[in-house]
This record gives sequence, structure tokens and C-alpha cells, in this order.
Amino acid sequence: MDYGLDLEYSFNEFLKGFGLSSEIAHIIWLPLPMLLVLVAAVVGVLVTVWLERKISAAAQQRIGPEYAGALGVLQPIADGLKLLVKEDIIPAKADGILFTAGPILVLVPVILSWLIVPFGQNLLISNVGIGIFLWIALSSIQPIGLLMSGYASNNKYSLLGGLRAAAQSISYEIPLALSVLAIVLMTNSLSTIDIVNQQSGAGILSWNIWRQPVGFIVFWICALAECERLPFDLPEAEEELVAGYQTEYAGMKFALFYLGSYINLILSALLVSILYLGGWGFPIPVELIAKLLNLPINAPLIQVFTASIGIVMTVLKAYLLVFIAILLRWTTPRVRIDQLLDLGWKFLLPISLANLLITAGLKLAFPQFFGG
Amino acid sequence: MSIAITTQFICFTVLSLVVLIGALGVVLLESIVYSAFLLGGVFMSVAGLYLLLNASFVAAAQVLVYVGAVNVLIIFAIMLVNKKEDLKPINDIKSRRIISTSICLTLLSLLIRVDLTNVWSLSSPLNSIGEESTIRIGEHLFSDYLLPFEVASVLLLMAMIGAIVLARRDVMSRDISTGLPVDQELIEKSSEPLLTNKN
Repeated sequence: MDYGLDLEYSFNEFLKGFGLSSEIAHIIWLPLPMLLVLVAAVVGVLVTVWLERKISAAAQQRIGPEYAGALGVLQPIADGLKLLVKEDIIPAKADGILFTAGPILVLVPVILSWLIVPFGQNLLISNVGIGIFLWIALSSIQPIGLLMSGYASNNKYSLLGGLRAAAQSISYEIPLALSVLAIVLMTNSLSTIDIVNQQSGAGILSWNIWRQPVGFIVFWICALAECERLPFDLPEAEEELVAGYQTEYAGMKFALFYLGSYINLILSALLVSILYLGGWGFPIPVELIAKLLNLPINAPLIQVFTASIGIVMTVLKAYLLVFIAILLRWTTPRVRIDQLLDLGWKFLLPISLANLLITAGLKLAFPQFFGG
Repeated sequence: MSIAITTQFICFTVLSLVVLIGALGVVLLESIVYSAFLLGGVFMSVAGLYLLLNASFVAAAQVLVYVGAVNVLIIFAIMLVNKKEDLKPINDIKSRRIISTSICLTLLSLLIRVDLTNVWSLSSPLNSIGEESTIRIGEHLFSDYLLPFEVASVLLLMAMIGAIVLARRDVMSRDISTGLPVDQELIEKSSEPLLTNKN
């Protein structure tokens, strides 16, 4: 399956043409994909914020932003600029060091997790062997940042919000990891590239959603809970806790939380599309179309074309899920904390355990359908 | 020295310094909250050292278990009982410090002895397996390390049952310390009536 564009190799060859050693070429190459993904993540956040404003307006029969740019597309940029030039306030009785470190600890693991998001066969920063496990490990750092900012604010609402956030993310991490484990069991690999390739056999029919419908729903619910999106946004419940752990934050530090939560939402949507919806795969396999049209799959132009279809498909699937998440946010009420913990521990955990067991059994019974 | 080796050396130096200074901070700092957060930093840098040794699965497991579970629970516990009060001065603090320092120094000398007597070099550089270590760990856990693996899970089950017994107060109808009947209502409920009768 090792076809497709390899930009890193071509770039290194290109630089070697100028007489540079391969090490220097590698060092020049290294920051490029990272920067690209960072820019992609931030642009993704701007788009999501605009979608959130527009869809919420439509759900409430308002117009939403419309003066900043056509249909208000520049509104998120205006928001960002406003937060950038706002005064940075640290409350007098807050703990300065922890107050500053908290938002950073929340944002950094989320951005690091983009390391493993593939947009094509070779279109990711690094195909690390532990793949999806890296994301699970990194997302477990976030509660520390939330607890830190909740504690450092020296405010009872912030502390309660931080504690709630930590409790919520600990309890939803377990069913999340168990449903990922069922996918890993079918793939025989932790790498995100292998997970997508395993679903690419027969287009839409071989996507994991048909083989793991329960896992898909459990994963999506848990991902929403990890992002603190509305059915589960107890840590920042406005009516009870002012704004939870972000109460005392303003300016750029608040923007870091804001950015973190939206990047996390897009990341979760991307991961759902990679784990369950065939990643960069087109509903009809691209190789099949190329064969029908008598086109050589390895020709450079066709490869550029298939790679761009891959990127478009990944982003399209992810934004479809983001749309569902936004719609959920503006149409469902918030659950209570006891309902949230009941759902996590008494419903999702047993169901995901049973799902894992059944997947293991099916894998033994039908190795050709559930990965040999 | 090539660029790769230099990078590795810089990473190793920084990570070791963070581990050493962080660990000293955990022990010496007065504020228990700072100690807990520094402990998380130490765990993270140990994970970084594992990464330098090409053990990426162990590094991720270290982050997941020690930072994501153990350290979060420690911080959680500290914050739930966090009272802003000065600790009472202990009478014989000097002798206690001497005893604990001597115990630590003994342990350190033992570790240094192990470090000096053990043969650390691998028989050949081909022994490093890098990315395949995940598969190798799985094979070992289900063959020659099966018994320790299963016994560890029994230990965790025991701890879990213990925690549930302690948390469910209807198991014990009387308070252990006072012997009075236990209030079976929700913990969150206030023990005094909220509206006192003013008549």
C-alpha cells in the first residue's frame, strides 16, 4: 500500500540538489509540517467559531453576525483581535505562576495530538508507532491544567469548575479508551495510517462504523464530554458556576482556553472520521474509479488529485461531525452532574466493555471481516 | 558530533535537570500544592527520558498512568481538603530530619552501588527494537509475565472493592469512631436544617 506522494522525500532531494547534506535538509524540513498543521488548526478554529455563531443564530431564528465581511466571515478574526489587545489581568490574590501555567497546560497537549492526524497516506507530521495511544495519553494531561487554573484563580467557582472538569474527563476517558481498543483489535496496529488503510478495502461499505456502531456512538459521546461541549459542559455551567475555571481569566489567557476547546473539538471530529468513517477514503475507492477510467494510479497528476480528494474528504467528514456537535449544543439542555457520572460509569463503561468483548469474539469467529 | 547526537545530548541534559530539580522541589517546598504539580512535571520528564531510549509505548503509558491518573488524583485529594492554614510546628523536628536524611542517604548509596556493579551495556546494538516494543511487551505480558500481570489485576480489584465499601456508608450502620448510628442521607446534604423555625 506504499504509494502516494512523499513530500518529505521530494523536499529533501530538492535541497540536496543545492549541495546541502541530508541532515541540514531534514532540519529545514522539520518545522514546515508543524507550522502547516498549526495554521490549519487555527484556521479550523476560526471556521468553527463562525459556524457556531451562524448555526446558533439559525437555531434561534436570528441572523447572526453579518457586517464583518460577507455573511460575517470576518467576525471570528475580530473576536480574536479583541482578545489579543485586551488587558491581561492577574487577580491580586491569585497565584501568578500557576495562573499563567494553567492555560498553557490545557492548550499544549491538544496541539501536540495533531501529530498523529493523517490527511493522506504520507500527509501527517509523524507516523509514530504508538499512534492513537499517544492521543489518549496526551489528553489525560489536560485535567491537570484545568485543576491548576481552577486552584490558582483563588475563587470558589473556579475551584469547583476545575474539580468538575477533572472528574468528568477522568470518568469519560475510560469508555473512550475502551472503544478505541476495539478498533485497534480489528486493525492489529495502533498507527492511525494502518487504521485508515484497514477501512479502505471497499469504500463506504468497509468503514468501521458498520462494524463498530456501538463503539462509534460511545466514542462520540465521550469525545463530546472530553471537549466539555454543551450536553456535558458542567465545568463552565453559566447558571451555577459563572464560567467555571475560566471565571477570572481575561485577554489572551482566556483566548488560550477558548482556542484549546475549539481545537479539541475539531481534533475529536477528525479522530472520529479517522477511526470510524474511513479517514481520507472516498466513499467509492479511488483506485476503482481510476481503473474504470483507465487512468494510471501512479501518474504524478493523478496522485496530486487523489491526495487533494483525501484532504477534502477528511475535512468534510470532520466538519459534518462539528456541525452535529454545534447543533447538539444549541438544541439540548445540560445534564446534571449526577446524571453525567451515572451515564459515564453505569452505562457507557459496561457497554464499551461488552463491545470490546464482542469484537474480540467476532474477530475469532469471522477473521476475514473483523481483521485476522 | 552529528546533529542527531547533539540534539539527543541537549534533550537528555535538560530532562535530567528537570527531574533532579523537580524532585528536590517536591520534597523541599513548603506548599503542598506546588509539590503536587512539580511531581507531575517530574513524571513528564521521566516519560521524556523513556522517549529518548526509544521506548515510546512505555513513555505514553507513563504519561497516562502517572500523570493522567496518579497525579490528577493526588491533586484532586489535596484540593478537596485544601484548608488555608499554617501547619503546626513539630516539637522534635531536628531529630526527625536527621533520621529521614540518613534513611535517604542509605537508599542513595544502595542505588549507587547497583549502578556501579551492574553491567549496563547491551550485547549488541541490534537488540534495540524501537517501534516494535509494543508488540514485544504484549507477548511478554501474555507468556512469561502472565502471573504477575494477573496478580496485579487482583490487587487493583481489592483496592476498588475497599474504596467502594468505604464510600458506601450503608454497609456500616454505625460510625466506627463514635459508635452513633450513621446518617444515611446524601453526603452533600447539609447536616443542619437550612431554614430554622423562628417562631
